[in-house]
Amino acid sequence: MWTLIQIELYKIFRRPRTYIAFIAVAALITIIQFGLKVDGKSYADFLMKDIGGTMEIDGNIINGYLICYIMLQLLLVHVPLLVALIAADMISGEANMGTLRLLISKPFSRTELLLAKFFASTVYTLLLLVWLAILALFLSMWIFGTGDMFLMKSSYVVLLSENDVFWRYAGAFVFAALAMVTVAALGFFLSIFAENSIGPIVATMSVIVFFTILSTLNIPIFNALKPYLFTTHMISWKEFFDIQVNDANEAIVGSIQNPQKIVNSALVLIIHIIGFVGGSIWIFNKKDVLS
Amino acid sequence: MQQIVQVKGLTKQFKNLTAVNDLSFSVNEGDVYGFLGQNGAGKSTSIRMMLTLIEPTSGQIELFGMDLARNRREILRNVGAVIEKPDVYKYLSAYENLELFARLSGIKPTKKLLMDQLEMVGLAARANDRVKTFSQGMKQRLGIGIALVHNPQLIVLDEPTNGLDPQGIADIRNLILHLSRDLKKTIVVSSHLLSEIEQVATRVLIIDKGRKLVEGNATELFDPAQTIVELQTMDNVFALEQLKASPWSTYLQAQRNSAILLKLNRTEIPALHTALAAMQIQLLSLQPRHSLEDYFLQITSGNQHVDTYTN
Repeated sequence: MWTLIQIELYKIFRRPRTYIAFIAVAALITIIQFGLKVDGKSYADFLMKDIGGTMEIDGNIINGYLICYIMLQLLLVHVPLLVALIAADMISGEANMGTLRLLISKPFSRTELLLAKFFASTVYTLLLLVWLAILALFLSMWIFGTGDMFLMKSSYVVLLSENDVFWRYAGAFVFAALAMVTVAALGFFLSIFAENSIGPIVATMSVIVFFTILSTLNIPIFNALKPYLFTTHMISWKEFFDIQVNDANEAIVGSIQNPQKIVNSALVLIIHIIGFVGGSIWIFNKKDVLS
Repeated sequence: MQQIVQVKGLTKQFKNLTAVNDLSFSVNEGDVYGFLGQNGAGKSTSIRMMLTLIEPTSGQIELFGMDLARNRREILRNVGAVIEKPDVYKYLSAYENLELFARLSGIKPTKKLLMDQLEMVGLAARANDRVKTFSQGMKQRLGIGIALVHNPQLIVLDEPTNGLDPQGIADIRNLILHLSRDLKKTIVVSSHLLSEIEQVATRVLIIDKGRKLVEGNATELFDPAQTIVELQTMDNVFALEQLKASPWSTYLQAQRNSAILLKLNRTEIPALHTALAAMQIQLLSLQPRHSLEDYFLQITSGNQHVDTYTN
């Protein structure tokens, strides 16, 4: 099994396509950082325009922590496409190249093959998120410095003290990794039905876009569906940045407003991962390879 | 002699299509077993079932005396295959592909082993070149190198000459003969090209519409005494009259597509040539064809089913 995983990782990281995602993430992040570095004050004014008359803020709100949050909001919508580029190609790409025949005629089980491939695509996904963290968080911290984190939610403002932020990012990135592995599992599942990678990549993104629209639409008939859609839970990383307050309306350092929501979302995502991977194994073991 | 492959009552049903129908055959150790049939006859489906790519609807496959369904891993360690096109990872070099598939086959290859293997298939000089720069023939040879790298006892080659030029076909043929004669491998090779099978096979199975038509020793099926000679002359009417009036009349078979067909022993061809000249028949061409080809065409188009020709 270890040999299979090594070989799958070797194949992933020998393909030029793999590095498109890393280059795309780097390009997007550095462009945003450049824009905010050059014109951060205008952006801060824009953020504050609704509440600027009611409260006064000292210090630099455009710091590395806030910029990372902004970038996560933007990029975690697009990273699924980059994840799907590899995950949705894992089986269909082999079928397309014709190498699936040879792989299956080798002395290991189809279940081992699929698990090794899924594990390899998970490693790729995690490395992509590590890369995202390095650029969005650490590079932003280096360029913009650190400070208290000021967040505007839909109906309230959250102010996190500087020493209460970093662990939240660690939690948010771990959760985002779980969300992206769910996307990888979906792409992986869809890839067993196709003999070219375009179909499963497009299908993965279509499912995500469709479910995201259903998750965000506030129409009563869809509300009953929302708890079961994995896209509803993919954005629960934001919960790490909601803080509890005491009776005096003072923030409780180190607290999370709704930790149970994070746990529930994580469980839903894990169930989806198990479902997609288990379904892939079950179907693939019965599949005749005709490619 | 040990039976390496034993297939009993193998059937594969795809919805309304029966691709393989109650097929039984066996391959002995050291055989070059030719698997013949027209396109769509069920050769590839049968071979894919032998390699666990397709699950049989019914029937049993035993390799090396073990049931394939129950001992898949152990059996496949000892099997090397090229299945239709020799597809490999085009973004990797020949050496990297070979190393990767060697490890997938359960061995830890040394550099020497890999280079020796590439040398054997004539690719040592291109070891570090990416496969995407290779010709079809080079890919086919690399595919065979991959099939052999873990030193399997049984080699399965499904249509190994597809898409190759004459030189490529000759290379593959020589490689099969080398594997059989020098390395004592057991080889199952499928093709729709009779002439290719004829030159390498020791035993032959012909299937049509998923069913066995004939199985037997190649030396008997490719009987040189049953050679068909096709004549084309300047005046076929005159030639036919002359032949009918000569001792060669007993060899006459038919006139087809402006050609005269005679069935005779291959060794009699020089005498025929001399006789035609003596009868002042102006010859355009004299082409020996093997009886198996006619036999094949006859039995595969006649929907006739023969259990066993000879054993």
